[in-house]
Order: sequence, then C-alpha cells, then structure tokens
Amino acid sequence: MTEQGLLQVTLYLAILLLLVRPLGGYMARVYLNAPPAGPSRWLTGIERGIYRLSSIDPDQEMCWPQYALAVLLFNLLGIVAVFVLERWQAILPLNPQGMAAIGVDSALNTAVSFATNTNWQGYGGETTLSYLTQMLGLTVQNFLSAASGMAVLVALIRGFSRHNAETIGNFWVDMTRSVLYILLPLSLVFAVILAGQGVLQNYAPYQTVTTVEAQNQAARQQTIAMGPVASQLAIKQLGTNGGGFFNVNSSHPFENPTPLSNFLEMLAILLIPAALCYSFGVMIGDTRQGWLILATMAAIFIPLVLLTVAAEQAGNPLLANPDVDQAASLTQAGGNMEGKETRFGIVNSALWAVVTTAASNGSVNAMHDSFTPLGGLAPMALMQLGEVVFGGVGSGLYGMIVFALVAVFIAGLMIGRTPEYLGKKIEAFEMKMAALVILIPPLLVLGGTALAVMLDVGKTSIFNPGAHGFSEVLYAFSSAGNNNGSAFAGLNANVPFYNLSLAIAMLIARYGLMVPVLAIAGSLAAKKSVPVGAGTLPTHTPLFGMLLLVVVVMVGALTFVPALALGPIVEHLQMIGLH
Amino acid sequence: MLNYLKPTIVLFALLTLLTGVVYPLLVTALAQGLFPIQANGSLLKGAEDQLIGSEIIGQHFSDPKYFWGRPSATSPYPYNAAASSGSNLGPTNPLLINAVKTRIDELKKADPVNHLKIPIDLVTSSASGLDPQISVAAAEYQIHRVANVRHLSEKQLRHLVHEHTEGRQWHLFGEARVNVLKLNLALDAFKFQSWSK
Repeated sequence: MTEQGLLQVTLYLAILLLLVRPLGGYMARVYLNAPPAGPSRWLTGIERGIYRLSSIDPDQEMCWPQYALAVLLFNLLGIVAVFVLERWQAILPLNPQGMAAIGVDSALNTAVSFATNTNWQGYGGETTLSYLTQMLGLTVQNFLSAASGMAVLVALIRGFSRHNAETIGNFWVDMTRSVLYILLPLSLVFAVILAGQGVLQNYAPYQTVTTVEAQNQAARQQTIAMGPVASQLAIKQLGTNGGGFFNVNSSHPFENPTPLSNFLEMLAILLIPAALCYSFGVMIGDTRQGWLILATMAAIFIPLVLLTVAAEQAGNPLLANPDVDQAASLTQAGGNMEGKETRFGIVNSALWAVVTTAASNGSVNAMHDSFTPLGGLAPMALMQLGEVVFGGVGSGLYGMIVFALVAVFIAGLMIGRTPEYLGKKIEAFEMKMAALVILIPPLLVLGGTALAVMLDVGKTSIFNPGAHGFSEVLYAFSSAGNNNGSAFAGLNANVPFYNLSLAIAMLIARYGLMVPVLAIAGSLAAKKSVPVGAGTLPTHTPLFGMLLLVVVVMVGALTFVPALALGPIVEHLQMIGLH
Repeated sequence: MLNYLKPTIVLFALLTLLTGVVYPLLVTALAQGLFPIQANGSLLKGAEDQLIGSEIIGQHFSDPKYFWGRPSATSPYPYNAAASSGSNLGPTNPLLINAVKTRIDELKKADPVNHLKIPIDLVTSSASGLDPQISVAAAEYQIHRVANVRHLSEKQLRHLVHEHTEGRQWHLFGEARVNVLKLNLALDAFKFQSWSK
C-alpha cells in the first residue's frame, strides 16, 4: 500500500473510533429512557404526540412473542406499502419522467429488499422508479428497517440486563425512539453536508444539455438524471441500507461527488454499528464487554482491508502490456481501475468494498464484479461470516452476541461447566436458538447457489464466463442470505427466478433470525442473574476475544471454503496461471 | 393480535409522514437554500445561457483535438447520464482484455509517435460510466496529441492541465485528478484567446 493510502485508511479508523464513545453513550441514554439533552426536548413532544395518536402506552411492555409479533406486523406493512407504491407509481404524483408500473416480481423483490434492510438493487433507480417511490417508499423503509434492527438489539440487551422479568420492552417505543432521536437528526445533518459536496436534492425533470462534442448518432445532447438524492443517500449509509438512488449506487458522481463525500459516506456506514457496541456496554453496566466485541470485529476487519487494497493495487496481470502503466505514482492511482472512479482510485474503492460488506450496507463506489479475484473474495467472505463484523445497525451486534453465546458454550464444554454470559446461564433453549441464527444464513446461501447453478433459468443470467460466473451467483445469494445487498452486478438478477428466490432468502435471513434472537432475549430476561464465581469465564479479556474470533472465522471457513474454492480461488489461480 | 393492528398502522403512517415527507422536504429546503447550484446538479451554462453540461458528469470525447475521458460502459451509447452503468466485466473475461487492447490501439493510432506509457485509467471503463475525471498522468499522456492537432506548444498545454488539476481534497482524501469537460472547455476558450491576441 502507498504511504498516502495507509494514511487514509488509518485516519478513517481513527475518526471512527473517536466517534464510538460519544454516539454510543448518547444512544444508550436514548434507550435507557434517560431524558436526552437540550435541543431534543421538542422531539419529546413529537414522541408523545405519536404515542397518543397511535394509542400506544409507552409504559406497557411486551413479552417476547408479543414483541416479535409487533416487529413482524410492522415490517409486513412496510413490504405492502413499497409494493403498492411501485405498482401504482405511474398514476401517482412526483413522476416527471413518466416511469411505468414495476413488474410484480421485481416490485416484490424490491419491497422485501428494503423492508429487510438488505437493499439489494434488482432495478436501475434512474430508469425505473418515480421520485415518489424513492422518497415515500424506499427512503421510509431505509429508516424503519434500520430502526427495526436497533429495536431487536435493544430487546436482546434487556434480556441480559434484566432478571426474573417477563417483558423485554415495547417495540413501538424502541422503533419511535430509534427514528426520532438517532436516525433522523443524524440523517438531516449528513444530507445537507452531502448536498454541499454536489449530491442532488431536487424534484426537477431530467435536464437535457448541449454537449461540446456529439454524444450519440451525431446529436450533441446529454440527458442528465435528477431527483431527491441527498435525503435518501444519508439514511442509506447511516442505516446500513445501501440501496442507491441510481443504478451504479455511490459510484455515481451525483451520489458521491468528491473524495470528502466518499470519506464521510464510509464513516456513516460503520458509525452506528460500531457505536452500538459501546451502547451495549453501557446498557449492561460493563463497557469492557462492548469494547471487547468492537476489538474482535476490528481484528477481522483490518486484515481484510489490507488484503483487498493489496489485491486491487497489484492490478490485473492479464492487462499487462509494455505500453500500459499500471503502477501507482504521484500522478495516477494505477492498479485494477476497471469499474473504479478516478477520484476514489484504488485505496478508497477497496476500503469501501470491505466497509460496505463488513457492515450489511451493500452500497458500492466501484463495481465489485470487476475486482480481482482476491479483491472480490474479501467482500464475499465478510458477508458469509454472517454480517457480524460490524454488520447491520442492530442486527450486526445481535448476531455477534449470538456468536459470543456459542463461544462461551464451547468454552463451557472444554471445562465442563454450565456456560454463562454476562451473568446469565446459557442453557439448551438458548443454544438451540443460537444454532438457528448461525445455521440459517449458510443454508440459504449454499442452497440457493446450488439451486441456481443447477437450473437453466439460474445459469442464463450469468454474465461473465467460467469461475467468475459462479462467483456472481455465489455473491448474489451471500448478499441476500445475509441481508447485505451489494452485488456482482453483471448477473442479470431482474428476472422472475432471481427476484423471487432472492426475496425468499432475504425474508428468511431477516425474520428467521430476528425471532430466535427475541426468543433468546425473552428466555434470558426471565432468568435470575448468577454472581461471578471462580469458575466464571471472564468475557472481557483478549483471551475471550480470541476465542470469539476463532469461532466466527471457523464457522465461516468450514462452511464456505469449498464454495469459495470453486469461485474466486480458482479464478485467481487461472489469472496468474494464464499470465 | 387485533389490538396490535391499530398501533401498527397509525405508527407506520406517522413515521412515514415524518421520514418520507417532512424529512425530504426539510432537506430540500435546506439544500436549495444553502447550496442551490450543487443541489440542482452543478450545471454549467454556455455563452448564450444554454445548459452545456454538468461540472461533475463526464461527456464523451473522441475528437483528437480534445482530451478524452475514461471509457464508458453505459448503453446504448457512452456517457448516457440517464442510465448509469459499469461494464461489470470480470478480470479474466476475454471481452475485457480485448476491449483494453482496442482502446490502446485507438490511442496509439491517434498519436503514433507518443512514447509515454498509457495510464491504466485511460483504457479501463469507470464504475459509473459517467466519471468526469481522469488521472493527472492520463491528461499528461494526451498533451502531445492535443498540442499537435491544435498547433499549440506542449508547454502551454502543460500549464493549462496544471491549472485544471485538482489535488487530493484537503491534501488528504482521494486521488489527484483532472476534470475533462472543464479542461476541454478551457481549451476551446484558450484557442479563442490566442486568436484574438
């Protein structure tokens, strides 16, 4: 890596780390119901008004099946709302380009995709969606799906912090507070900053300009897409959503105009997932536990950043030519520039790819399909680890806490004692639920990939030949089966087979995990706290961090190495062999 | 279950109003008030007040008298700013390897005696298909050709490229780069200037 590259990566990590404590502490106060400071006082008024109009008693708590029911109903409504908007957009207002109704399978895929916080883009935004659908459908789901994840996390944390309790909180309150006090204020500030960098925010029809040179069949014309981009972009990054306003997502100059906007967007992707680790520590009364989990995530994240940057900077040996310069210098980024933007170069494209797949964000600023085999392997592997290295807002941390339960269970087996985590005994019921959480995503990924490559409808959508074509399918199901949303976008996924199979994968990956997590929360909350004894495994030490890391990596590696060997690994060998 | 329906529906409606109507309109008001040029697409106007492009959206250049931008994979023609797209060609795809070869040949044909190495970004397509910029090396590589066609000195052009080079933002972020449209507009104006002298 160049010195300048190393500096940019280090600065990114340093600023992210600096923000963890203030934001994490603030979020903990929001969920602990401590009155938030100063300017948010009139938000309290809005909050009370919302409860009054919706006949919600904020003090009436839910037991875990009730909480799960509330989550599912609320999310179902979100799916229906987006679906209806897409199907009727042609006759609804704010459609200056006259976009037609979306086909049933694509509309369903997109509705599920945005409600489940996956934000897989089966469609090209500027060629298919009206401004109303983007604003009232997708932007809203960006907020609500993120808040759903945060609510479930908070419910799980209550499972640890309470004892002999029947309830784990009120979903509607957790949802409202997440949106009102955390996501909305951050998005508002961020959206305006982005607009200052050049991100669009308007409702104008597409603009036609007279170009310097003929663009197309001797016509000196270019039609430039417009729209309310900044408001959607801000929450797309902060809520680990990732679905873009435009087809090419954050590589579009109107969605990511400058290196500074790029840096801030990357920061926004990991901001809340990282800070929630600290909130977790505050809420269970032991911040060391939160820092330990954050450190474990970072220990997986950093090596993969280095691998991806190195692979992309090395360039593509098949393009080596005495007349071409692929080396980095003061005047060019060099490396594998296919599918990358000049202003981001190699380092910021590679870093973004790792950030967006570590978090379950899935927005892209470069085309992952054109990455070198090893550069594309790292994002794929991060999704396959179960989106627990930072992961989605809320969902990443509850996934990691489930891995921590597995880690204490394994440690318990080794020393022959009942495992405990954060003062709660981990017993058969919790382990069964944890097993579901850990096994469902791989089943979706490998099962879906196997099905797709066996069927002709699955294979005809493949764009690149050979091992890379298999990687496209594996990437798609890794993305949907872990609610990430990024793609090897050569795959033509906007066909009924992929729209429906990926929608099913997204649904199960989201709700098939949320319900067992809530079950764990309910079961733990009902237990009494056991005091720390001589046989208790401390879970804030580097030793436990190492154990947790090994469990996450081993489960991922044992499950996915064979599939990865058929895709990126074979392609890498072919690439260096052909050369 | 029925007593869960009303809170669900009303809360969903209220939060939709807040995040899908109030919030985007508030952002629009602030963005249009504070940054009207950027929020409307950083559009550029020509001498007769007509729109001639966006500062941050690339245009297709193939005439040897202009600096060329990154290859663009949008369809049905390059730099289609109403349908962004990358090539999505994988690193071992023969189509990619051939496309790069063809671009090398075109560059060499337009300037056979140029012995500088071609910077990689000039022969690989961008992610968006709308990349407004090229690397500084890619601009420097083309100085020889443009100078020849326009009968300008390389020194004059080097100066012009230097004037249009943006360094890393705040000397730190991203990569140094040259905006192709702005450079070419300056080039046309520059020619005009030297005639009028």
